[in-house]
Amino acid sequence: MVPQELKYTKEHEWVRVENGEAVIGITDHAQSELGDITFVELPQKDTEIKKTEALSTIESVKAASEVYAPLSGKITEVNEMLNEKPEIINESPYTKGWICRIHTADISEVNTLLSATDYEIYLKENE
Amino acid sequence: MSEKKYNLKKTPLYNKHIELGAKMVPFSGWNMPVQYTSIIDEHIHTRTKAGLFDICHMGEFFLKGPHAEEELERLVTCRISDMPEGKCRYGFMLNEKGGIIDDLIVFKISSEEFKLVVNAGTIEKDKKWIMSRISSKDMFADESEKIAKLDIQGPLSDVIVDNVFKNGVTQDLKRYHFKYVDFAGVKVLLSRTGYTGELGYELFFSASFAENIWDMFIKSDEVKPIGLGARDTLRMEMGYSLYGSDIDENHSPFEANLDKFVFMEKCFIGKDALLKQSEYGFSRVLKGFVCETRRCARSHFNVVSGGNVIGEVTSGSFSPCLKKGIGLCRVEKTFAVQDTPVILTDGKIDVPAKIKDVPLLK
Repeated sequence: MVPQELKYTKEHEWVRVENGEAVIGITDHAQSELGDITFVELPQKDTEIKKTEALSTIESVKAASEVYAPLSGKITEVNEMLNEKPEIINESPYTKGWICRIHTADISEVNTLLSATDYEIYLKENE
Repeated sequence: MSEKKYNLKKTPLYNKHIELGAKMVPFSGWNMPVQYTSIIDEHIHTRTKAGLFDICHMGEFFLKGPHAEEELERLVTCRISDMPEGKCRYGFMLNEKGGIIDDLIVFKISSEEFKLVVNAGTIEKDKKWIMSRISSKDMFADESEKIAKLDIQGPLSDVIVDNVFKNGVTQDLKRYHFKYVDFAGVKVLLSRTGYTGELGYELFFSASFAENIWDMFIKSDEVKPIGLGARDTLRMEMGYSLYGSDIDENHSPFEANLDKFVFMEKCFIGKDALLKQSEYGFSRVLKGFVCETRRCARSHFNVVSGGNVIGEVTSGSFSPCLKKGIGLCRVEKTFAVQDTPVILTDGKIDVPAKIKDVPLLK
């Protein structure tokens, strides 16, 4: 079961709408596939990012993977905790392990992303 | 990973791995557990307690007969003639150009019987090479399919082996020595060897008992199953080479800084090429590296100094003990000096690091 209130991408990012901004992270499925996360390259605060551009690089013991921006906008905050404890993403992918907040021109853009149900179906199809 | 999921071989412990919820991956044609819970937890458990590894995929060859010793002496780089019975020795099988066909461990069972433990991915190649160079095919046997291999590694491994087999069984067993243990009618070859840098043992026995003996070890609270992921990070902290990544047919043991496993006072295949290499020199040599941060360089990253490419990363990963990126690289000799600062890069990511002598974990 994935959290019902979030939106998702096929690249296994999630988006939570909070105070009109988008909070971004990676899903439980993504962290489980990566294994122990050892390093997170956070995006720069106050930079503009376009949807599908590389937002962050997450390294695990075995490999490095890109996180893509699910929406376009300006990075307003990054989760500095991940510099010290990148494993928070393994432990708490949907809450403490968030990566950054994005201010978008039009927050209703999140409705173009996958719903929890659609994401679950997508996961099942790609098992 | 380019290997296909189908047609992969399974070890006799495949069902155990599935029951334990292991993540399975293709490795050298085998479907192997890469991790059970977490590579980092499994790594730390092996360094602090004891880990159990399914190594049934590796190969076991036997050379027997009155000519076994002298013919083996020509096939491998380590000295055979002075080995007492019950001794193991690490060495290489080389081609005529001095390149490494495989790295292996020789076990002297008796004056007329030797066992070779070889890498999983090189079994067929090694077999062909040996068969084409020995005087009689009858003296060679490949028992890889019939023999199970389990490794128990970590500071508590002697206590655990004693508990499972018999009190005191490990007491007189020195590093790089082996003995036979009778365990409820099963003949087990117990050697004090390993690939982790910890106190540890490797067990060889008939594959039909693999599940029983696995269960005897895994039921101990101090023992956890360890996947190939942690096996790789454990060996990398020690600077041990992995065949196919750090050493291969295009490079000699000298280029891997492994001269001490080559006995130059005897005749062996590849020696002439090594002599030439000693005389004319060679450009690059294998060294360790430690990154400045948790960020890792991976295999095939370039090693750069002063804007020039001076080498290539051959193995790279995260070190759970040092909490930094670590690995091995092949670098030009003039830069192969302790603490030389370098940049490791794939063109997108630049990772600052220092060249280090191995072991990386002291």
